[in-house]
Amino acid sequence: MPEPIIRTEHLSRFFGTVKAVDDVSLEVPAGIVFGFLGPNGAGKTTTIHLLLGLLEPTQGQARVLSFDTRTQADEIRTRIGALLEFAGLYERMTAEDNLDFYGRIYHMTAAERRARIKELLTHLDLWDRRKDQVAKWSRGMKQKLAVARALLHHPPLIFLDEPTAGFDPVAAATLRNDLASLVAREGVTVFLTTHNLTEAEKLCAQVGVIRQGKLLTVGNPDELRLRTGGPQAEIVGHGFNDQILALLRERPEVANAELQNNHLTIELRGESKVGPLVSLIVRSGGEVEEVRKGKASLEDVFLTLMEEENT
Amino acid sequence: MSDIWTMVWKESKDLLFQGGWRSLIRPLFVIGIMGIYLPLQFGSQWVALTPLGMLLLLWIPFFVVISFIGDAIAGERERHTLETLLASRMPDRAILLGKIVATVLYAWGMGILSLLLGLVLVDLLRTQGNWMFYPLDLFVDAIVLILLASVLATSAGVLISLRVATVRQAQQILSIGTIVFVFGVTFALRALPANVLSSLNYSQFLLSAMAVLAVLDAILLGISLMSFHRSRLILS
Repeated sequence: MPEPIIRTEHLSRFFGTVKAVDDVSLEVPAGIVFGFLGPNGAGKTTTIHLLLGLLEPTQGQARVLSFDTRTQADEIRTRIGALLEFAGLYERMTAEDNLDFYGRIYHMTAAERRARIKELLTHLDLWDRRKDQVAKWSRGMKQKLAVARALLHHPPLIFLDEPTAGFDPVAAATLRNDLASLVAREGVTVFLTTHNLTEAEKLCAQVGVIRQGKLLTVGNPDELRLRTGGPQAEIVGHGFNDQILALLRERPEVANAELQNNHLTIELRGESKVGPLVSLIVRSGGEVEEVRKGKASLEDVFLTLMEEENT
Repeated sequence: MSDIWTMVWKESKDLLFQGGWRSLIRPLFVIGIMGIYLPLQFGSQWVALTPLGMLLLLWIPFFVVISFIGDAIAGERERHTLETLLASRMPDRAILLGKIVATVLYAWGMGILSLLLGLVLVDLLRTQGNWMFYPLDLFVDAIVLILLASVLATSAGVLISLRVATVRQAQQILSIGTIVFVFGVTFALRALPANVLSSLNYSQFLLSAMAVLAVLDAILLGISLMSFHRSRLILS
C-alpha cells in the first residue's frame, strides 16, 4: 500500500489552556483533493501550520511527504505549495514579478520561470494583465494568482486555506472551477481547508471534519452521508397530521419522519421506494403536491456531526 | 547566498521602485538636504569633512532606514505576506539577511550619493582654484562610517520591527530611538575625561568611532539573527 502523503498521529497543539488541535490522527492518500472541514476557529489553520512545520506540535507527530514536520520541515517546505489564509501577494509588485520571486525562491532557472509563468497565467486568463501592479486587481484575480504561485514549482502537494472565503457566489464558483481544472491538469494532491460545504462537495474525494481541535470523522462524502443517514424523501402537500406521521414511522423502510409546515422529511432505510409511502399518505387523507428523493447533503452530515458533538 | 540575493531582488522591487512618486519623497528629501543644502551652506569647508560635516553625514542612514526597515518586516506582517514567505523554502537567515543587505545598500548608497553630489556642487560653485576632492583618508573613513551606521540603524530597525505589529509603530519607535541614541552619544562623549579626547587626533577618533560602531553592529546583528525564527513570527 502506498505511503500516505500526509500522516498525523495524535497530533496536538495547545496554546496555554486552549487546545487548538487535539489528538488528530489522519491519513491523506496521494493524488486526491482532501477537504478539511470545520467552523471558524476549529483548528484548521493551526493544523496547516503544524503540517508545514511552522509550529511545533505539543504532542504527537506528523509526516508530510514522508518527512517529519518537527525535524525535516525545510524538506517539506521545499516540496509543497501553499495558499494560506491571506493571498500573501506583494501588491506593489507586478503579477509577473510576484511569480518570478517565488520561482527564484524555488531555484527555478530564468527560462523555467518564464515558461511556467506564461503557462499558468495563460491558463488562468491573467497573462494579458501580467505587468499590472497586483494592487490594481480584483480579489478573485489576486486569489487566482496566489493559486498559480502555489503551483509554480510543480509541487506534489499544495495546501489551500479557505481559498474562496469571503467571495461572492459567482467569484467563488469561478475560482473553484479554475482550481479544479488546474489540480486535475497538474495531478497534485490538495489539502483544502474550508467551511464551505458546497466547495468540499464539489472538489473533495475525501473529507475530514474538525471541531474545537478534534477530528470528528474522516471519509469520502458518500460514506459520510451513509454514516449519518440514508437516502431522504421530502414530501410537500396539505392535510399532513400526527396520525400520518405515526403511520409513516411504523413502516419498516422508514428510519425517521419529521413534519414541519406541510413539509414531510422522511429518512429511508437502504434504497427503499417512496411510492408506497406516498400512497399511504394519500389513503390517509393527505394531499401530495411534490415529492423529492435524494441523499443527505454534506451540509446535513456536517450539521449532524456538530449536533452530535454538542450533545 | 543566492537566497539572500533573491530577497534583495524582491526588496528592491517591492520597496524601492514600485511605490510611485510618494516613495521618492524621502530619498529626494535626504539628498536635497545632505547633498545640496548643507554643502551649499558649508561651501569649501564641506570638502574638508570636518567633524561636524561627518556627524551630519552619519544621520543619513538613520533617516533612510526609519522608513525602510519598518516596512520590510512589520510591513510584511501588516500586509499578510510574511506568512506565505515563511511557508516557502526560504531559510530564516536568508529572509533576514536579504532584508538587512537591501536596506544597508540603500542607506549606504544614499550616503555616498549625497557625499559625491555635495562635492560636485561645491566644486561647480567655486569660481577659482583647481577642482577639489575630499581628503582621501577622510573620504574612506566617511564611507566606512556611513556603512557601519547603516548596519547599526538597520539592525536596530529589525529588532524593533520584529516586536511591533505595524509599520507606523516601528517608524515611531525607531525615530525616538535615533534621537535617544544621538543624545546618548553626545552625553557619552562629554562624560569622557578631557585628556582621553585630547589625546586622540581626528583620524584616531574616527577609527575609535568605527570600532565602537562595529561592536554595536555585531551585537545587534547577532540578536536580530537569534530573534528571527519562523515559529516565533507565526505565533506573533
